[in-house]
Amino acid sequence: MNHAEIIIDGHNVAHHAAAEHHDHEHHEQHFIWKYIFSQDHKMISKQFLITGIIWAIIGALMSVFFRLQLGFPDSTFPIMEKFLGDWAKGGKLTPEFYYALITMHGTILVFFVLTAGLSGTFANLLIPYQIGARDMASPFMNMLSYWFFFAASIIMLVSLFVETGPASGGWTTYPPLSALKEASIGSGIGMDLWLMGMALFVVSSLLGGLNYIATILNMRTKGMTMTRMPLTIWALFFTAVLGVLSFPVLFSGVVLLIFDRNFGTSFYLSEIFIGGKALPHIGGSAILYQHLFWFLGHPEVYIIMLPGMGMASEILATHSRKPIFGYFAMIISLVGITLLAFLVWAHHMFVTGMSPFLGSIFVLLTLLIAVPSAVKVFNWLTTMWRGNIRFNPPMLFAIGFVSLFISGGLTGLFLGNSALDIHLHDTYFVVAHFHIVMGVSAFFGMFAGIYHWFPKMFGRFMNNTLGYIHFFVTIAGAYLIFWPMHYEGIAGMPRRYYDFSAWESFKHFQGINAFISIISIIVFFAQLLFVVNFFASIFKGRKLTTQNPWGSTTLEWTTPINPGHGNWPGEIPEVYRWPYDYKDDGNGGDFISQTTPLRPGEESH
Amino acid sequence: MSVFITTLLVFLVFIIIYQIGKASEYASVMRGEENIKFKTNRAIAWILVAFFFLGLYGIWECNEIFKDRMLPVAACENGVKYDNMFFVTLAVTGIVFFATQAVLFWFAYRYQATPSRKTTFFAHSNKLEILWTTIPAIAMAILVAIGLKNWANVTSDAPADATVVEVVGKQFNWLVRYPGKDNELGKRDFRKISDANNILGLDWKDPHNMDDIISQKGELHMVVNKAVKLLIGSRDVIHDVGLSHFRVKMDAVPGITTTLWLKPTITTEEMKQKTGNPDFVYEISCDQMCGKGHYSMRGTVIVETQAQYDAWMAAQQTYYAENNAPSAPTAANMAAPKPASDTTPKAAVKP
Repeated sequence: MNHAEIIIDGHNVAHHAAAEHHDHEHHEQHFIWKYIFSQDHKMISKQFLITGIIWAIIGALMSVFFRLQLGFPDSTFPIMEKFLGDWAKGGKLTPEFYYALITMHGTILVFFVLTAGLSGTFANLLIPYQIGARDMASPFMNMLSYWFFFAASIIMLVSLFVETGPASGGWTTYPPLSALKEASIGSGIGMDLWLMGMALFVVSSLLGGLNYIATILNMRTKGMTMTRMPLTIWALFFTAVLGVLSFPVLFSGVVLLIFDRNFGTSFYLSEIFIGGKALPHIGGSAILYQHLFWFLGHPEVYIIMLPGMGMASEILATHSRKPIFGYFAMIISLVGITLLAFLVWAHHMFVTGMSPFLGSIFVLLTLLIAVPSAVKVFNWLTTMWRGNIRFNPPMLFAIGFVSLFISGGLTGLFLGNSALDIHLHDTYFVVAHFHIVMGVSAFFGMFAGIYHWFPKMFGRFMNNTLGYIHFFVTIAGAYLIFWPMHYEGIAGMPRRYYDFSAWESFKHFQGINAFISIISIIVFFAQLLFVVNFFASIFKGRKLTTQNPWGSTTLEWTTPINPGHGNWPGEIPEVYRWPYDYKDDGNGGDFISQTTPLRPGEESH
Repeated sequence: MSVFITTLLVFLVFIIIYQIGKASEYASVMRGEENIKFKTNRAIAWILVAFFFLGLYGIWECNEIFKDRMLPVAACENGVKYDNMFFVTLAVTGIVFFATQAVLFWFAYRYQATPSRKTTFFAHSNKLEILWTTIPAIAMAILVAIGLKNWANVTSDAPADATVVEVVGKQFNWLVRYPGKDNELGKRDFRKISDANNILGLDWKDPHNMDDIISQKGELHMVVNKAVKLLIGSRDVIHDVGLSHFRVKMDAVPGITTTLWLKPTITTEEMKQKTGNPDFVYEISCDQMCGKGHYSMRGTVIVETQAQYDAWMAAQQTYYAENNAPSAPTAANMAAPKPASDTTPKAAVKP
């Protein structure tokens, strides 16, 4: 193929890429090839990011709606009727649509925002930049990856508008609830669209992931050995490995569910009486789906977390003006997390009636993950020790990431231990745990990344003042929302309830539910502030005056402020040292770029 | 229209905020960037410190509010062990939480950028890595050990003298079946289910079914200090028997029978006094998303003395009798009843 050419022949990349589609191409790329069907990793990353932001707004708005119901079950909110129509007649959500909202909130945030929006953005942006490549191994596959994601997005979006509503069996869509139209109206056409959307999503994820892996392994510039790669790249590499190995299993689960729903098979169905009649299905296992789902579902948690970890490492080091502490320990802990991620899925299933012995094994393996996670936390803390810390928005979000990762990680020790999970399972404790650790914490990693690399993406800075407001409102709000939920969960308050007022054991939490709802609305508006900052800064932000505004060592900052397709106008720079040489450069500077040869007598890391 | 105008207004407000933020940033650039940078840095460091202490205060306040309602009194033997393990884990994680968060915010404040600060090039230390690999590993080993001991305990076989009761979930209520006088639950088959007169699909050819009692209100009666073994099933989708006062839950999966056992130690009456709540009731919550009525799938547990239990049991009619004319064969009669007699609407014969 002509990819080798592309790599060598930097100036002509744009032509090559476009020429594959368009024979009579002039020097300026046509709008369509430059902005829509672009094969430039930088543009694809922006496409992922902006699509992700749109999804995030939709997903967050859904949470505002259902928080209104949870906080104020006796009130009506006519504004909801304007948005949701008959689903909120008279300003009160129907239970059916409440469940549709929580289901889609989860699906959207987990997959469309924190998987595609996060890895899609930063893997595309950073892999070629930081390893010194002109583009991905296959720019065309990369483009397909975005467009499959786009198709999945459209299908998922359409499912919000069908008459019977979108899928409403929870984001995990356990059968038989999700398999039987009689069980729930959300299990009608909405569920079919959900399954189709997810199938396309898996395709997108695989096309992206294979490309990321191939690029990292094959296309590093001269001198960029694996152990000279920034930790972002290591993290994105393992993210891609996790995705490539686990998404196909979800795909199989989804396909079997499609069969059960439409073609009369009994993979997940057995001995069911519903809608006034006994169904013919016998011999299937509803638990099989859960195994298939969580075999992706758990690695998925790390698919969401690892990019944040990588970016936090990079950003903490850069803005502390210190090398990341324990570079190799960081890589080894990533390896450990990646391996263990595949061996712990059944800790989501302790109360499904699985063998207690098997449960014990999963307890052991699950709590083992705490070790590499602890190593990472201590290394981040030590990175800050005796640094010279600049509190700009990316650094603040990276610090917030560490704080939230600690808070959310520790509650995992309760849930991973089956003897404690047996009471806490599916309560608000779980909601609090995963929202802090893979929701807000991952979002903080993403925000840190956006604030940090925005100058590279758009040649302008985001507004700092708004960044500060965004950070403090969000971190305070996150703790105010999710901290009290732990207590509710410890009391046994189940998640996914539409109304608690009939429950003697849980109704006294009404006051705190109202409090949580109010805070979540404030936090929602703080996120809109970020969105405005993001889009306004693209056009109006303060312009960059230097290539390397943060004084960073990595390769992306050696490209021009607004690089063309191919990234470096001349030769790709050669790499001589590891990416964290934040030390005296001998001329009064406090960092040495990876492209600077070792000084005489200087030892490489 | 009003939605559009509201959205527009919100958007305008954001644009104004953005412009103010931008103006203030340009102003600071004009006044000398470096100086302002360090001033801002200092201010942010202080806000972080304030955030940390406000956070501590918030946690304390939260504990005060929830102290009495977070873990309800454990009402069974294993529940007490559960609470012990819970607090051990809470102590371990609590120490780590406060220590690491304090260090994080302390470092942030202590090493904020100043014009004169020199950083220390400190890139790795095997000693430290080994230290903070082994300490968490040991802590985890302890937690795993406690956990597995309790897990083995909770999942162990029920004592031989345990009363066996069946709990079956359906959208959206619980059905509780007691074995009746013969102390044995009869066979059932989902193909025999009929909402009119055989809600669990009892096989009337099995004589053990004849004396079985079904509580359609989802009332699970237990004798205090006597072990109860629950056989859990589902008619339609996955449900979950959640017993928060007993610190256990177990999924109800169609096609599979799961089990759970516990030994209640406090009667409902005693609990009313303990909690000072005259309306107190042990509740069975459905803890696995099961459809639009999931939040209302409520059952109750009544823990009582043996005498009260016996009295309640004696007052119950067998499910067979409930659904058949009074002249129908009794439990002692082994002959299978004619299917035709099953069709009597149950409401008509209900006492």
